[in-house]
Amino acid sequence: MAGKTLYDKLWDDHLVKQRDDGSALIYIDRQLLHEVTSPQAFEGLRLAGRKPWRIDANIATPDHNVPTTDRDKGIDGIVDPVSRTQVETLDKNCDEFGILEFKIKDQRQGIVHVIGPEQGATLPGMSIVCGDSHTSTHGAFGCLAHGIGTSEVEHVLATQCLVQKKMKNMLVKVNGKLGPGVTGKDVVLAIIGKIGTAGGTGYAIEFGGEAIRGLSMEGRMTICNMSIEAGARVGMVAVDDTTLDYVRGRPFSPKGDQWDKAVAYWNTLHSDDDAEFDKVVELDGAAIMPQVSWGTSPEMVTGVDGAVPDPAREEDPIKREGIVRALKYMGLQPNQKITDIKLDRVFIGSCTNSRIEDLREAAAVVKGRKVSPSLKQAMVVPGSGLVKVQAEQEGLDKIFIEAGLEWRDPGCSMCLAMNADKLGQGEHCASTSNRNFEGRQGFGGRTHLVSPAMAAAAAVTGHFVDVRELMH
Amino acid sequence: MRAFTQHQGIVAPMDRSNVDTDMIIPKQFLKSIKRTGFGPNLFDELRYLDEGKPDQDCSQRPLNPDFILNQDRYKNASVLLARSNFGCGSSREHAPWALDDFGFRVIIAPSFADIFYNNCFKNGLLPIVLPEEVVDQLFRETEEKDGYQLTVDLEAKTVTTPSGESFGFDVDDFRRHCLLNGLDDIGVTLEDAELIRDYEEKRKQTAPWLFNAGN
Repeated sequence: MAGKTLYDKLWDDHLVKQRDDGSALIYIDRQLLHEVTSPQAFEGLRLAGRKPWRIDANIATPDHNVPTTDRDKGIDGIVDPVSRTQVETLDKNCDEFGILEFKIKDQRQGIVHVIGPEQGATLPGMSIVCGDSHTSTHGAFGCLAHGIGTSEVEHVLATQCLVQKKMKNMLVKVNGKLGPGVTGKDVVLAIIGKIGTAGGTGYAIEFGGEAIRGLSMEGRMTICNMSIEAGARVGMVAVDDTTLDYVRGRPFSPKGDQWDKAVAYWNTLHSDDDAEFDKVVELDGAAIMPQVSWGTSPEMVTGVDGAVPDPAREEDPIKREGIVRALKYMGLQPNQKITDIKLDRVFIGSCTNSRIEDLREAAAVVKGRKVSPSLKQAMVVPGSGLVKVQAEQEGLDKIFIEAGLEWRDPGCSMCLAMNADKLGQGEHCASTSNRNFEGRQGFGGRTHLVSPAMAAAAAVTGHFVDVRELMH
Repeated sequence: MRAFTQHQGIVAPMDRSNVDTDMIIPKQFLKSIKRTGFGPNLFDELRYLDEGKPDQDCSQRPLNPDFILNQDRYKNASVLLARSNFGCGSSREHAPWALDDFGFRVIIAPSFADIFYNNCFKNGLLPIVLPEEVVDQLFRETEEKDGYQLTVDLEAKTVTTPSGESFGFDVDDFRRHCLLNGLDDIGVTLEDAELIRDYEEKRKQTAPWLFNAGN
């Protein structure tokens, strides 16, 4: 019999019941809650007269609606009354049910997918869910982690379980070493460019190979974060010393004997040598360039040395129509060079790229340079209050401010523009976020997905440029 | 949950692939703390020419005449015919809530994004996967005939055209069972409460760190 994949192991360890009809009950170790996808779930519990099954498995924080300025005002700083109600509703629900919440003025507040790992509330081998598709982020720790809808948030609150059907196994192997200036973001964009936005549908993806092993936890989180942009709800990386070094000593991490016991288990969290995958995709890490998306889907991406495609050369009529529509929305010409795209704004932040390493990479590029006067705005939004503090201790805030970037307070911000941070109609933005869908960052806004280093390079030049040219 | 057994309704063709959940219901409408009322903002950026705001009277807004749901023949549609990877992107259940609130009961496409597909079943909405060539044929027939309707039978797992041509589809037994009977799946899971407690007790022994509070 073939060995087990990492996903097989995580699945087996969380299986409460296999039903005859092919569905299964899977136990959930951790649920993260935020203000947008939880109010209807709490309301559902109340209407049915149910109580949360295991209160200490839940951690909440407001992130989508919070402003990134004037945070000392707390909830009163949220100008939009509808947004304010949503954040107040989360506070009320958590208070009523006794759920731990990092509220808007708590230094531990931040984007759910940043604070879970930061607190050690994300641990290897856990099953983790959140009403947010980027929950796949936590798979970087060898977790079974995926996004769920609000009905399932309620289901997990009420039963600590999810009804699931086992997915298929996919291995994405990135061989060789990444070149300087090439980051986890470039790797995942290159993967999505290769397999497409539906390439991972129905699969749990494990990312492996020398290039992945060589990445920090931040880089691995960026890759797993965007698994969903390849269609896969679950993205994972096997546990190794990099994982253990990150987890050690965090508030929720085990201590003493429990730590040793946990490590012994965590060291088994990798695919067996003879495990079989339903699909294997390989990439040459050394050949990956810094990436820039040109269209309205994350698969519409190319190297910074590339050009916008010409729809006339696309044979598939549905794809051709997609390119034509994307170019019209993006205001780009066929065959236009990527480096000729002029920018209006730069956004460095989001659950994809707002961790300390991301900010260090961006700061290294802008240090001693100035934001291009052709830009309307360049902003940096740290992923959590603690990331912000650490960045300030390292002096990164001063580097950004001296260069002319705005240094903001933590939240989801312009990734999806639910708060006041958004693009104007027709504006082009170099963004370290995860989705370039129409209207995502603001009505009529035009998003280009890039790494933090590439966003920083774009900020100081006003257009896309290969960051490696600025790295001497 | 509302049960789904059979449905017959007018078909609206949405001829583009990778329709994402931001397109189905833009983020400014996710600020609601209710499950209802999203229908007028379904496909907001495609449907209206201006930028939509929460709690706005949509009947006064300028319509995009090219958008299918603004065309008289599709205004009362309850079956949405779509292309591949429908519902990709975020996990927002507001997407199926908006489709449902508009009046859709069935969505037919060659493929769906996983989370969206799952969310539909929780809301009495039936997503049906049919082969690409069948979807192509349905697009042609829908566009050719005003008032084109399809009949969907979940018990028999069939989609039937006005000419009587029938196509079978697959759906998981558990999902079909819940939908046919309008079951609350939390109630179904809680029938296994004992098993869940047994599992927890075992885990507390083998992996006690999973039950620690922070410090």
